Amino acid sequence: MNAAIELKGVTKSFGNTAIIRGVDLAVPKGERHAIIGPNGAGKSTLFNLISGRYPVSGGDILLNGASIAGLKPFEINRKGLSRSFQVTNIFPRMSVFENLRCAVLWPLGYKYSFWHRLGGLKDANARAEQMMESIGLKGRRDTSAGVLSYAEQRALEIGITIAGGAEVILLDEPTAGMSRTETADAVELIRKVSQGKTLIMVEHDMGVVFDLADKISVLVYGEVIASDRPQMIRGNQAVQEAYLGTESH
Amino acid sequence: MARIKYQPINLGRWLVWGGTALLMIALPLILTAGFTLTLLSQIGVGIIFALSYNMLLGQGGMLSFGHAVYSGLGAYFTVHAINLIGKGGFYFPITLMPLIGGVAGMVFGVIFGYVTTKKSGTTFAMISLGIGEMVFACSLMFPGFFGGEAGVSTNRVIGTAFLGITYGPSLQVYYLIVAWALACMAAMFAWTQTPLGRMANAVRDNPERAEFVGYDTHMVRFLTLVLSSFFAGIAGGLSCINYEIVTAENVGALRSAGVLMATFLGGAGFFFGPIIGSVVFFFMVTAVGAITKAWAFYLGLLFLLMVLYAPGGFASLIVMHVPVIKARLMRRLWLPYAAAIATGMVLLSGVVGMVEITYHYSLEADTAPEMALFGLAFKVTDGAPWAVACALLLGGLVISRLAWRAVGRAWTEIVHALQQRQST
Repeated sequence: MNAAIELKGVTKSFGNTAIIRGVDLAVPKGERHAIIGPNGAGKSTLFNLISGRYPVSGGDILLNGASIAGLKPFEINRKGLSRSFQVTNIFPRMSVFENLRCAVLWPLGYKYSFWHRLGGLKDANARAEQMMESIGLKGRRDTSAGVLSYAEQRALEIGITIAGGAEVILLDEPTAGMSRTETADAVELIRKVSQGKTLIMVEHDMGVVFDLADKISVLVYGEVIASDRPQMIRGNQAVQEAYLGTESH
Repeated sequence: MARIKYQPINLGRWLVWGGTALLMIALPLILTAGFTLTLLSQIGVGIIFALSYNMLLGQGGMLSFGHAVYSGLGAYFTVHAINLIGKGGFYFPITLMPLIGGVAGMVFGVIFGYVTTKKSGTTFAMISLGIGEMVFACSLMFPGFFGGEAGVSTNRVIGTAFLGITYGPSLQVYYLIVAWALACMAAMFAWTQTPLGRMANAVRDNPERAEFVGYDTHMVRFLTLVLSSFFAGIAGGLSCINYEIVTAENVGALRSAGVLMATFLGGAGFFFGPIIGSVVFFFMVTAVGAITKAWAFYLGLLFLLMVLYAPGGFASLIVMHVPVIKARLMRRLWLPYAAAIATGMVLLSGVVGMVEITYHYSLEADTAPEMALFGLAFKVTDGAPWAVACALLLGGLVISRLAWRAVGRAWTEIVHALQQRQST
């Protein structure tokens, strides 16, 4: 089994309300997988379950064949899964460079070190600089992340997510709230940085989804009603009715 | 890719550190007033304590109400160690004695910190308060260790003198404090430039994101607290050597509140803030305290004004002027500042007058109604001094308001000018 991520009968309830009602999903290594669905379908919740933000109510989640259900976010992250957030989640008081450097410290093995000088960490600094260039924020190196424009913050959000070199990347609505040109830039960025990695993303913009995804899963009311190649999803009757029919534009 | 410029050595930084060191060494030679050495020693110890506190508050975002626990227990272990050495139990040089305080502080940091740092924010603050009260209560439960109400006293002059240093004269103790203060300042500054130091900032700013880049926020807070309690313990050890007595006060809530005030006054957002804060705090406590019984009132008033009008502390007031100086715009501020200071003096004299007369009246109106203030002798039972103080207070309020408005206008213009320069 060479699935990077595998969900087996995953359920999640908040009180009596079942949000995720038995999701089975396997994403092979190297695939770009999009999860779509109407508002309230449980897409973000699913991400929160996979990344350890919430514990699952039932079922199991496997990362590279090993169960990660019940682990804390930092434990899952250390196993090579990194995620971005729908609502920008950065270190607002730190500079762009510092944000990215924070994201590479653990993966490079500096852990809780108080005997290394940050300025002397050649690998961490080089990697942060390199990532800054990739996400097009080189000119904003020493600007506080909190005062960046919205699109720049979204780019930084993606940068923090991938800077550590995780093999499995979860992007939660990476282009939400962006203008058309900003979206196009973001798509190129995602395409570039997800090269050779496993990417799962939640996205509302169908243009982005059909442009990027190798495979699409449709989540409706906490269940995956279809999981297939983009062109098959486009022609799927159930999907048309449940989702695209009401929200296509 | 352009060559990355790492910036460990810069001239400005060396000047600041060198200047600070020189100042600390030279001050007792320049100032020779009676309480100067006492005050300077307090400040030196206070700097270490406040900087260690700011590792929590400023760098780690942990508001602690019980930091004196670590310095106080460090002081207790130091005092017992010195007494043991005095009895010939073992040998350890006094010069390195603060290390014993540091290690003791750190051990308790490990024990208490594991619990307190599980949560941040209000929960952390409440638990730290609880632990502070608990340890203070222990001082009465275990009089053998804590010495009951009298505390534990000692004699720091033990062992053979090394190069004539006996630590008998308080000047020698002062220089011991200076040496430790400089070493601790350098170490704590270095800590802010390490992966753990940076992640402490990250956990302060956004604990959730820190977890999603691989860091256990509990562990980051815990290690930060352990290191912080080490430095607090060093401060405790030094205060033990300085005073040759340790009492339950050393672990008490008042001491914990004091370090919070000093740190906040100086500015928790800047590394050097607590250094300024310690100077201001102990100046208020010791120098003002030597002149008036109302020192605590003035300290409280100062704290109140800072919280209201300069929540970033004195450090932020200094830092906000840096771009103005660079842009050579300070000349626009001199006049309004002079007016603000002059009118502020009037207001202050009114406040001081009211406070001092009231104090004197309530304490000694019957026995000794005569008092002197600002070189004027009068009786507090007369009406005139009250009227003058009241007039100064009210008049001062009115004219300082006007002066501060002028300061505000000047700043608005400067901010505008700076923005224009930036955009062109």
